[in-house]
Amino acid sequence: MTVAMHMSDGLVNAPTSLAFGLLAVLVLAVAVSRARADLDDRTAPMAGLVTAFVFAVQMINFPILPGASGHLLGGALVAILVGPWVGSLCIAIVLVVQSILFADGGLTALGLNVTNMAIVGVFTGYLVARSLRGLARRSRGGLVAVAFVAAFANTVVAALAFVVEYAVGGAGGAGLATVFALMVGLHALIGIGEGLITAATVGAVAGTRPDLIYLLRQPARVTGSAA
Amino acid sequence: MSAPARFYVGFLVVALLVAGGLSYFASSAPDGLDTVALNGCQTVQAAGGEELTGECIARNATDHATAGSPLADYSLFGGDGTVGAAGIIGVLVTLVVAGGLFWLLRRRGART
Repeated sequence: MTVAMHMSDGLVNAPTSLAFGLLAVLVLAVAVSRARADLDDRTAPMAGLVTAFVFAVQMINFPILPGASGHLLGGALVAILVGPWVGSLCIAIVLVVQSILFADGGLTALGLNVTNMAIVGVFTGYLVARSLRGLARRSRGGLVAVAFVAAFANTVVAALAFVVEYAVGGAGGAGLATVFALMVGLHALIGIGEGLITAATVGAVAGTRPDLIYLLRQPARVTGSAA
Repeated sequence: MSAPARFYVGFLVVALLVAGGLSYFASSAPDGLDTVALNGCQTVQAAGGEELTGECIARNATDHATAGSPLADYSLFGGDGTVGAAGIIGVLVTLVVAGGLFWLLRRRGART
C-alpha cells in the first residue's frame, strides 16, 4: 500500500460511486450559490488560506493505535471559521487537489469522499457548533470547547457515512457489523486528535482575529433565514 | 505590513511549515479508513508487486488513475525525502485554486 488517506477506487461499486458523485455535485452547486453571501474582500482571502491550511494539516498523520494512524478531516474547523457553505467548498477543493495531483483518494471515489468529508463532516460540525454557539460566544474557553466537541462529532459521523456507502454498494468481502464497529471505534480515537487540532487552531485565530470567525459573527438568536 | 496582512501572512507561513517540515514526522501507519479497509486481508508479494489476499474491503481496490503524477504519494517523482517540497507545492496550489475561486465568488461593492 502506498500513502493514501482517503477512499481508493474499487472499495464501493460503480453505480453507488456514481450516485454519490451526482449527490456531491448537486450539493456543491448549492454551496457555490450560497457561499457568495458569506464571501467579501475580507473573508475570501481567509477562506483561501483556511483551505491551504487544511491541505497542510491533512498531511500530518498522528498515531492512534499501534499500526494505525489518523489525520484531520477538517469539517468543524472550516465550518466554524468560514461557515458551512464556503467550508464545504474548502474541503472539496482539498480533496480534488489531493486526488488529481497527489494520487490520494480515487477519482471514481471522489464523490464518496466529498460526501463524507466535505458535506457530512462539514455540516455535522456546523450543526453541533451552531447549536452550542451561546457557549462559544461567552468566552474563548467556551469557543475552544465547542470546537473540540464539533470536531469530534464531524469525525465520527463522517466515518458513519462511509459505513452507509459500504452497506449500499460495498465491493469487498468484509461484514457490515465488523466494518461499523471498526470505523466508529477508530474514528472515535481520531476524533480526539481532530478535536485537539481544531480547538488549537480556532483558539489561535480567536486570540488574534476573532472578527474572522464565522461562528462568532452569527447572531446569538436565530432571526430570519438560517445559514 | 498592516495588521490584517500580518495575520494572513502568518497563517500561510504556519501552513507552509506544517506541510514542508512537520510532514517529515507524520505517522506512516495506515489511517483509520485504510486500517478498516485492509482488515481481514494479508499483503503478499506477487510477481506484479504486492497483492491482497483474504476477505476485506480493499480486496478489489484498484491502482490510482493518477499514480503517474509527478506528485503522487506526496513526493517529487517518487524521490525519498521530498515530502516537504511536495507539501509546499500542494499548499500553494490549493491556495491559488481556493483563493481564486473565493475571490471570484465574493460580493463586490458596498456592503449593505
